[in-house]
Amino acid sequence: MVLMQGNEAITRGALDAGVRFFAGYPITPSTEIAEIMSVELPKVGGKFLQMEDEIGSLAAVIGASLTGLKAMTATSGPGFSLMQENLGYAYMTEVPCLVVNVMRGGPSTGLPTHPSQGDVMQARWGTHGDHPAIVLAPSSVLDCYVLTVRAINLAERFRTPVILLPDEVVAHMREDVTLPEKVDVVDREAPHVPPEWYYPYDDSTTDVAPLAPFGTGFRFHVTGLTHDRAGFATTVPAEVDRAVRNLKRKMDRFRLEIIQVERVHLADAEVVVAAYGICARSAEAAVMQARAQGYRAGFVNMKTIWPFCFKLVERVAESAKAIIVPEMNLGQLVREFDRAVCGRTQVVPISRVDGEAITPRQILDVIAELARPGGTA
Amino acid sequence: MIVVRFAGYGGQGLLTAGLILADAAAVFDKKKVIQTQSYGAEARGGASRSDVIISDEDIVFPKPDHLDILVAMNQLSVDKYSASLADGGTLIADATFVTMVTFPDFYSIPFTKIARERLGREIVANVVALGALVELKGVVSKKAAAGALEQRIPQAALDVNRKALEEGFKAAREAASAREKAVADYDIV
Repeated sequence: MVLMQGNEAITRGALDAGVRFFAGYPITPSTEIAEIMSVELPKVGGKFLQMEDEIGSLAAVIGASLTGLKAMTATSGPGFSLMQENLGYAYMTEVPCLVVNVMRGGPSTGLPTHPSQGDVMQARWGTHGDHPAIVLAPSSVLDCYVLTVRAINLAERFRTPVILLPDEVVAHMREDVTLPEKVDVVDREAPHVPPEWYYPYDDSTTDVAPLAPFGTGFRFHVTGLTHDRAGFATTVPAEVDRAVRNLKRKMDRFRLEIIQVERVHLADAEVVVAAYGICARSAEAAVMQARAQGYRAGFVNMKTIWPFCFKLVERVAESAKAIIVPEMNLGQLVREFDRAVCGRTQVVPISRVDGEAITPRQILDVIAELARPGGTA
Repeated sequence: MIVVRFAGYGGQGLLTAGLILADAAAVFDKKKVIQTQSYGAEARGGASRSDVIISDEDIVFPKPDHLDILVAMNQLSVDKYSASLADGGTLIADATFVTMVTFPDFYSIPFTKIARERLGREIVANVVALGALVELKGVVSKKAAAGALEQRIPQAALDVNRKALEEGFKAAREAASAREKAVADYDIV
């Protein structure tokens, strides 16, 4: 057992999952990740690069990943905005990588040292064009470790960027933690054909098109332009359609595997609190207190934010009187709840944007109000 | 469950003090611990604080809604956080900078003055304060505090920090006996 910070646990997870390349530009509240990686990577034969900015950082990560290395970067809101361009490039070229965005208050430079959950929609739709997104949100230091390993595994498995989206509280807090002794590590699928038969975007015989490391004899073209299975630009409608739909399809097929939610006391819950990140801790504390006071409350901790757990929310909407969605923003993920629930039950947002975490008390008050006969909030 | 807050200006070593206390409780005393921090964008100056929750059971929500012990390294922290102290809580103030306390149960010890005059390094005032906290309130064992100090402080600065911890123990004992005496005197009068 050790005392460990969230950001530190992220680096431990990354190293254990096999990350051997980090390029980044330091920014609070993610700086510890770059700091630790700069010390630890050389010890395991990896490379650390401090780049001139966040655009260059993600570009370097994409390049490194194409050579076969597991690669990552870490940033916060302002840097994440700059990364959107190359994030789109990585989605389009299907290059596995991990982007950690430790959320601080925004917009712009905002609140460098205070928490927020304002980047939930940016993590989903920040870069232009139709693209899938896998976004994971840790709510404890152990989560920071486990979900980083998971994020890298998902990136390698599905040949896609994955975003880890901790908030400042989770990234900066220290907890006593016992890390797992061994973790399952996934490596990207290698080509099953000789170089002259290789198509970098051909997934006709595998779940995901195998990615060959650059410099091993497999010559192929990488472009952000819509491309055919050989990687060359195309405007042929059938090829364009296939290329865009394939990005989404590979994720849709495996969404049950990707979505991970923790469910507590849902069976008899009248009021369900659904949260992610540090708010999931507030929700858990509030629900425990509520049950001690006789309220039938339950909670959901969404460790996967995107893809969104539509099916689960639809089911909860059948039985619960209300779903409370606490977020440190003015209501972002709550919109997905509205879409899933379709008016079948009450969806109650709790918002906080003053740079402080939502407290269990805030949530408990809303549970109590909603549980009252005829109560609305 | 016990909640300790170190508060003062950025640069006074509050995060380090919180970290050593958290390490002492978690790694050496085998307690459940959460340490959080709040600070401004400035490297020095600005308000800074570090909260440590120590418990025998799992801690669900990491941000405390009350304090049991406030270690205040400047007047601003006393003014700002005394009201968050629970009934039965204790304020431990750095008398070098704090001139007025507004909480009934308090100890006023000149941590920075001790660090400057007896140790020649003002920067170790945080560890003097940590020593006093451990001596007065026993939130962690002295052995745990010393062990965590060895782990967290770089080799070159270890010696002066060890002495700072001892000075903190000593200053706290003096403050405690002075207070006992003052209370006794008050009873006689």
